[in-house]
Amino acid sequence: MAFKNYILVCGGTACESSKSDQIYKNLIEEAKNQGVADQVQVVKTGCFGFCEQGPIVKVLPEDSFYVQVKPEDAKEIISEHVIKGREITRLQYGHHVRKAYEEVEDIQFYKKQKRVVLRNCGKIDPENIDEYIACDGYKALEKALFEMSEDDIINELKIAGLRGRGGAGFPTWMKWNFTKQAEGDVKYVVCNADEGDPGAYMDRSTLEGDPHSVLEAMTICGKAIGAHQGFIYIRAEYPLAIHRLEVAMKQAREYGLLGKDILGSGFDYDIEIRLGAGAFVCGEETALLQSIEGHRGMPQPRPPFPAVKGLWGKPTVINNVETWANIPAIIVNGGAWFASIGTEDSHGTKVFALTGKICNSGLVEVPMGTTLREIVFDIGGGIANGKKFKAVQTGGPSGGVITEENLDTPIDFGSLMKIGSMMGSGGMIVMDEDDCIVDVAKFYLDFTVDESCGKCAPCRIGGKTLNALLGKITEGKASDEDVAQMRQIALAMQKGSLCALGQTAPNPVLSTLKYFPEEYEAHIRDKKCPSGKCKRLISYSIDPTKCIGCTACARKCPVGAISGELKKPHSINTQVCIKCGVCKETCKFSAISVK
Amino acid sequence: MSQNLFSEELNAFVDEWKDKPGNLIMVLHRVQQEIGYISREAADEVSKRLGIPLAKIWGVVTFYHFFKLNKPGKYNIQVCLGTACYLKGGDIIIEELEKQKGLTVGGLTEDGKFSLEAVRCVGCCGLAPVMTIAGEVFGKVTKDQVAGVLDKFA
Repeated sequence: MAFKNYILVCGGTACESSKSDQIYKNLIEEAKNQGVADQVQVVKTGCFGFCEQGPIVKVLPEDSFYVQVKPEDAKEIISEHVIKGREITRLQYGHHVRKAYEEVEDIQFYKKQKRVVLRNCGKIDPENIDEYIACDGYKALEKALFEMSEDDIINELKIAGLRGRGGAGFPTWMKWNFTKQAEGDVKYVVCNADEGDPGAYMDRSTLEGDPHSVLEAMTICGKAIGAHQGFIYIRAEYPLAIHRLEVAMKQAREYGLLGKDILGSGFDYDIEIRLGAGAFVCGEETALLQSIEGHRGMPQPRPPFPAVKGLWGKPTVINNVETWANIPAIIVNGGAWFASIGTEDSHGTKVFALTGKICNSGLVEVPMGTTLREIVFDIGGGIANGKKFKAVQTGGPSGGVITEENLDTPIDFGSLMKIGSMMGSGGMIVMDEDDCIVDVAKFYLDFTVDESCGKCAPCRIGGKTLNALLGKITEGKASDEDVAQMRQIALAMQKGSLCALGQTAPNPVLSTLKYFPEEYEAHIRDKKCPSGKCKRLISYSIDPTKCIGCTACARKCPVGAISGELKKPHSINTQVCIKCGVCKETCKFSAISVK
Repeated sequence: MSQNLFSEELNAFVDEWKDKPGNLIMVLHRVQQEIGYISREAADEVSKRLGIPLAKIWGVVTFYHFFKLNKPGKYNIQVCLGTACYLKGGDIIIEELEKQKGLTVGGLTEDGKFSLEAVRCVGCCGLAPVMTIAGEVFGKVTKDQVAGVLDKFA
């Protein structure tokens, strides 16, 4: 039965955090109360990507895009929109800045995006397999099982030129081909969903919004390489994604799309979930396999590569979530279609989690070759609060910063390497003038030091020493020799570490040293932190010409460092001051400054 | 060790996974889900039931951040220190919690009510900075809001 209206409510983690589940329940309840339950279908979908404006509700067929919806708005959506057919202007995106957008695609945030990986996110109910099937779901599996040979499947990926989206960009078809050719009676397929990069959530949103696409792709891989068992290694911190995967697996089994004799083809294949436990190093493939086997997640020397000797010593294909999600679309539309998107070096699209000091935080998917400027300024809407752009960080703790001069670089695997960063898994963090670049480098190094598994000395000792030297810089105790030593340690870590975690850990330090030498110099020679973030290097002072002596700051100061008479300029005792910044926040006359 | 340390469901789970390869981490997850942390007694029990040496179990539990060795408070507070939250002041929330409740990262209040954890990316970077209390998410938290949020759990 067709409904008059379909209401799509975002059920991604960010929107659920802002009570989208309550909106969903209220909409159903209100439809019932107002007697139109038979006219509307309320669907909880995956992530729309526009997390900044969440929770998001979209009403079809009018395609009304409602943002920052509250649970109490449900009543009006039913009574006004569904019953009277009037769009609710106050909830529409952009109503207060310009006229309401007529088409969702015209919203600046979506204009330059192209959704391949996220094709079903925000469109279907991820907990209903019928909706996935209605959107060409499991068509690729059918094609792979009945119309294609093992080599046909691998060849299609070769034509597509799909490269691994987990960071390294290794050609997917080669991985599959090595594993297919490897000798062994038992082979495994593994999905790496251990998305540990801080500030990145592409994989989680994909699994939450479209879990079947990953299951389907893993099954196709099973057929191509001759495996009958797959494992999804997923962070335990992603309960919603785990739940949706479990639901999807159950439904797929009921439909004969997973399990024994899939679709009557005689091919057996099943998938199990294994939980990660919060160790960043387990994103490294050999460490991940150790963890599935129930051990500490310590990386192993390669070769042998997992394609030859992987899980329990058997040949294993490991791909990350985003890579998997591309595959059904490639099989259905053909490798040539995929190869037509993107650049010479990198085909297809890439999903980024755009966050930090940006107007439109969210999940964006763009064709390879889109420039950073387009992502940051067109899609992201530029820097929030009218501040000045400083840098964008890609590749997380393994990547580097990209500055204004390189913003017109088209994004692909090769070009990002050239400018000293890397694609990484897709975290893209925007920084503004208030962020201290040394502090950011230290943030990443703190992270990798904490996450180092401790197995090899270059990473274990090198990381700690490098971090201590950075600490000296942020405290104003460093000299130029320290920088020279930092470079030496960084080189040793790059050359001598066992796995990519240690090899890439110095990248944030090296890239910030390269692009912001003057900021390091300010910390080292002038003992100043230009952005006022490093507490040891700043001091607060009161401008006597602006201070009217209202005593507000003195009353708020937690350590009593501010003194002065009523209606006369006050002053700060810098010996006592703990630099908490309360006075600056309190002052209504901008009389307090940080230097 | 008595069988009552684990609930019936947990015992059934252990039996189900007993002979599967690579079961240890899955069993530890289930134990922590029930008890809230991995106590010495629980680790002993897992060791006996799975036939895995305690030293190996301890090695795994201490390797992974997710497993806790101490009993969490009635309400566990998580402050996100992922990159987006860090840039937008996640560390300021932690300072404020320390000021208000004397909580340090990994610590517990004297009355056992609140415990504090610094976590990496809760996954809603659009709401940065983010804190969660007993699973409820609070986004775009400012220093001044911390006290009000805590009062909800009084």
